[in-house]
Amino acid sequence: MFNYTFHWNQALKALPQMLDGALITLQIALLSMLIGVVCALALTGFRLSGNRALSGFATAWIEIARNTPALFQIYMAHFGLGNFGIHLSPYTALLVGIAFNNAGYLAENFRGALKAIPDTQARAGRSLGMTALQAFRYIILPQMMRVAFLPTTNQMVWAILMTSLGVTVGMNTDLAGVTQELNARSFRTFEFFALAAVIYYVIAKAVTLAARAIASRMFRY
Amino acid sequence: MIEIENVRKSFGTLEVLKGIDLTVKKGEVVTVIGGSGSGKSTLLTCINGLEPIDAGRIKVDGTEVHAKSTDLNKLRSKIGIVFQQWNAFPHLTVLENVMLAPRKVLGQSKQAAEEMAVKQLTHVGLGEKLSVYPNRMSGGQQQRMAIARALAMSPEYMLFDEVTSALDPQLVGEVLDTLRMLASEGMTMICVTHEMKFAREVSDRVAFFHKGVMAEIAPPEALFGAPKDPELQKFLAATH
Ligand SMILES: Nc1ncnc2c1ncn2[C@@H]1O[C@H](COP(=O)(O)OP(=O)(O)OP(=O)(O)O)[C@@H](O)[C@H]1O
Ligand SMILES: [Mg+2]
Repeated sequence: MFNYTFHWNQALKALPQMLDGALITLQIALLSMLIGVVCALALTGFRLSGNRALSGFATAWIEIARNTPALFQIYMAHFGLGNFGIHLSPYTALLVGIAFNNAGYLAENFRGALKAIPDTQARAGRSLGMTALQAFRYIILPQMMRVAFLPTTNQMVWAILMTSLGVTVGMNTDLAGVTQELNARSFRTFEFFALAAVIYYVIAKAVTLAARAIASRMFRY
Repeated sequence: MIEIENVRKSFGTLEVLKGIDLTVKKGEVVTVIGGSGSGKSTLLTCINGLEPIDAGRIKVDGTEVHAKSTDLNKLRSKIGIVFQQWNAFPHLTVLENVMLAPRKVLGQSKQAAEEMAVKQLTHVGLGEKLSVYPNRMSGGQQQRMAIARALAMSPEYMLFDEVTSALDPQLVGEVLDTLRMLASEGMTMICVTHEMKFAREVSDRVAFFHKGVMAEIAPPEALFGAPKDPELQKFLAATH
């Protein structure tokens, strides 16, 4: 029927190498989330600042991040910036591209979370003598975190999957890159990619389950 | 003492307070009644500086609320206010709700704040609910928690804005009992209310607001027994 016999042994032998790649994948995803959260907080602040330049900048970032392919965003970080004499390694370009994408989605997510908290909460804090900052810090922010937490972990899963786009800018140390190289050497395409897919799936699922466990501990109300 | 002198306040072109004069002495209980939109809530939010005013002035213990030099956060810590919607902080337990402001605003130690919180919560009958989250409690319990939260700041004045209006009828009594208790303890209070029986019982004076004007103010026997203002007569006829 098929002219193809499966050789799983070869793929399984490469498993340690692929798991090393998976660690790089996880590392990029985590870093891109850290940078993404910080940038998203800044973008949220910019949008609320009332300053037209700042809020215009934030809106442009968010619009581009959410409405263009992630692949192009990574391309831009690598080849696009290259045209301006800024040469990023594949690793850094991938990180920057995903962080850019994360920040756009997360900023929108944070804004939604902020809107979900009624104004009367801050007012109650102010009427107890709190400053605006204290009311934000102790009343609004903790409630925002609950609303934003699960969407944020979804973005983390998305970030893990986006790292596979790194192969297009020459990334060869993450899971997708390692798999691609093994494939090029052996042509056991199906076995390698199937194994890689399983590893991606396990990581993504683990993140989702861990997030739910953390959420149920952290937000008990 | 709260001194309100010729206070005017507009929202856009709508003048909501048209020159209000009212002095509330220490230990006095003044209730405010009147139709919807007559400016009752607005007056309360002006007294603690949540809303700016357009003319006149409000002084609390001699400090002018709307003066630029006034530290509003400090002033607010001695004027407790409780709203119709109690605004429990849902992410904090009942005890933490009450401890938050004393800790952050007054800088109290955890121990001192907790002692005070337990005392006030016990006072309003919530001594058993310390570690519960607000959404596990009835509206009446949440409203009593909001009162304890304000009391924990050791305020010298308490403002209540229709604190029973959002409650199911069977829960109104427990909250009114809490207010009666405070009144009997000598707390200086301004209560906006629709509960006429309550107003009659606890007030030293009752003020009737109509379209931004304080149309009549008198001790309850006089105001309810022999109302002079025609609008007040209509209002009382409609509420009985
Ligand atoms: N923030 C605001 N912006 C614009 N208009 C407002 C604002 N707050 C109140 N108003 C208006 O001012 C008027 C007086 O409102 P206020 O809430 O003081 O009335 P009230 O006597 O408390 O009425 P109620 O018995 O319905 O609570 C109303 O017409 C209201 O719509
Ligand atoms: Mg009102």
